[in-house]
Amino acid sequence: MSAATNARERLARQGKLRQFITPEGVDLELRIASSGLRFGALIVDLGIMLIVLILFSLLIGWLGYSSRSDIFQSIWLLGFFSLRTFWFIGFELGQRAATPGKRLMGIRVVARDGGRLTADAVVARNLIRELEIFLPLMMLGFGAGEDRVSGLTVAAGILWSLTLSLFLLFNKDRMRMGDLIAGTWVVMAQRSKLDQDIAAESDGAATMVFSENELAVYGIYELQELERVLRARDPRAMREVADTIRAKIGRPVAEEDDVFLLSYYRQLKARLERKLLFGKRREDKYASD
Amino acid sequence: MIVPTLPAAAAIDAPTFSTVRFRAEREADWIAFDALLTRLEKKGAKGLSSEELLQLPVLYRATLSSLSIARATSLDKALLDHLEALSMRGYFLIYGVRQSRLDRLARFFARDWPLAVQAVWKETIIIVAIIILGAVTSWSLVTSDPQWYYSFVDESMAGGREPRATVEFLQSTMGHGKAAADEDGGALHVFASFLFTHNSGVSIMSFALGFAFGIPTMMLEFYQGINIGAMVAVFTSKGLGYDFAGWLFIHGTTELFAAALSGAAGLRIGAAVVFPGARSRMQAASDAGRTAGKVMVGVIIMLLIAGLLEGFGRQLITDTVTRYAIGTAMLLFWLAYYYLPRREEAA
Repeated sequence: MSAATNARERLARQGKLRQFITPEGVDLELRIASSGLRFGALIVDLGIMLIVLILFSLLIGWLGYSSRSDIFQSIWLLGFFSLRTFWFIGFELGQRAATPGKRLMGIRVVARDGGRLTADAVVARNLIRELEIFLPLMMLGFGAGEDRVSGLTVAAGILWSLTLSLFLLFNKDRMRMGDLIAGTWVVMAQRSKLDQDIAAESDGAATMVFSENELAVYGIYELQELERVLRARDPRAMREVADTIRAKIGRPVAEEDDVFLLSYYRQLKARLERKLLFGKRREDKYASD
Repeated sequence: MIVPTLPAAAAIDAPTFSTVRFRAEREADWIAFDALLTRLEKKGAKGLSSEELLQLPVLYRATLSSLSIARATSLDKALLDHLEALSMRGYFLIYGVRQSRLDRLARFFARDWPLAVQAVWKETIIIVAIIILGAVTSWSLVTSDPQWYYSFVDESMAGGREPRATVEFLQSTMGHGKAAADEDGGALHVFASFLFTHNSGVSIMSFALGFAFGIPTMMLEFYQGINIGAMVAVFTSKGLGYDFAGWLFIHGTTELFAAALSGAAGLRIGAAVVFPGARSRMQAASDAGRTAGKVMVGVIIMLLIAGLLEGFGRQLITDTVTRYAIGTAMLLFWLAYYYLPRREEAA
């Protein structure tokens, strides 16, 4: 990876960060959820809704058939309406402000101004959804149902309605039309387990000692990539990384990969953190030491 | 700050500040906070004892301070990610929950709903004027030339109610004749729920289309007026105007009021986008969106009531005077509920 692509990637990550300062004065650095995650969440939700609807219809159909009462027709109509209208609203009003699909994708809705997410905002953003999802479908149905309308008109209608639905692709905050109206954002809310501190383990394994010069070749980005590899514990990836580092610092293959990598990680981390305390943050290997 | 019990004594031996030592000292707080949050998310505030509730903000601040320190000193990605996620969860739970659902519901009916409707009064007047304009236009056109009727009203919606129909048939559609009574039988609730879901769909559309400067909303409302005017013209030409108005009135006051409010909510957003005033356009849109959101919840409730009146009330009550009375009572009720002045909130 070249310095340029590395820098570009970091900039892209920065572009998705939004300052979000708590009353205590700490910036929570919310990250805007990507359009792919949003779409995935929508698909999951629609899938679950479809399954619920099918089960509900079967139940109602069975009840209606066995009791021969037409009250179940009304129940079905009302049930379908509630499912369609209140699925999103109901879940987003909950503690986690996320539908099952959003939870699965690790995203949630927050108010753009940092205040609490109010019920009216949730209602507004989800009633607009009705338009975003169903208008293109209606246009499609309209085109199929009416022979009078020319194909071109239908295509124009669908195109027009799609620009509404795909509104979130055209702004950097990934806001739907509904988000815009309700003053909300959808941000990443992934949970991450507190993993053990791999730098702290004193398992008595023979540790190697690296010289200052050998440690000076890498920066924070490389350190954190190394951390990722160590935590994943994939022998093949570890072998590859270990070989790369050995080649870089000119060491022969003499120890087990995990011993080598762990020792290198600990000493590199200690070195970079010491520098950090003195106010020097070396982002990656291309930055000056 | 809480003085935690020190879990990993071996790690503490390091003489100076190190991130290992920092983590060993603070870790207990994070784990405790995580556990409290998980229970809070699952069971709500009732799941915690009062002692634990008191601990919650203390642990929250401890975690936030840990996050600040970790950002400045630690390069452990897993640790940083965990602290960020934990702080964010904590923030939204601690600053998010202020009222119980029951409180919020009561507040919505007592204040939020009527006040939101009051706030869009200008838009409501405009939309009502548009509906009336639509009705008058189509009424005068159809009265002068019945052919117009066919271009205004969809055949499937009309259900045979057209200028060529006989007086007897038209009467039967309003529930006066024998035919209607036999036909309807027990399926009233199906009809009511169909009307409710259909009308709600239309209202949600007319609200959602509002952001396009309110123009599609106004067109939709105008079209509603056109439909009504054309129907009225057909019935008045056969001398059934008084009965028809009663047939319409029993649920129409509620339903049309709801339709007008949904249009007003949409128009509010459109107007905010076009004329944001001193605020930024985005800010104006989101302010308007929140007011409109409240109005729309109200609209759905009104349409539910209108559906009940239409499905049951209209089919069961065939006396025109009673129909007028109910329609008027509903209208007065809504007007009083929305527009009677309310006391300022004791802040």
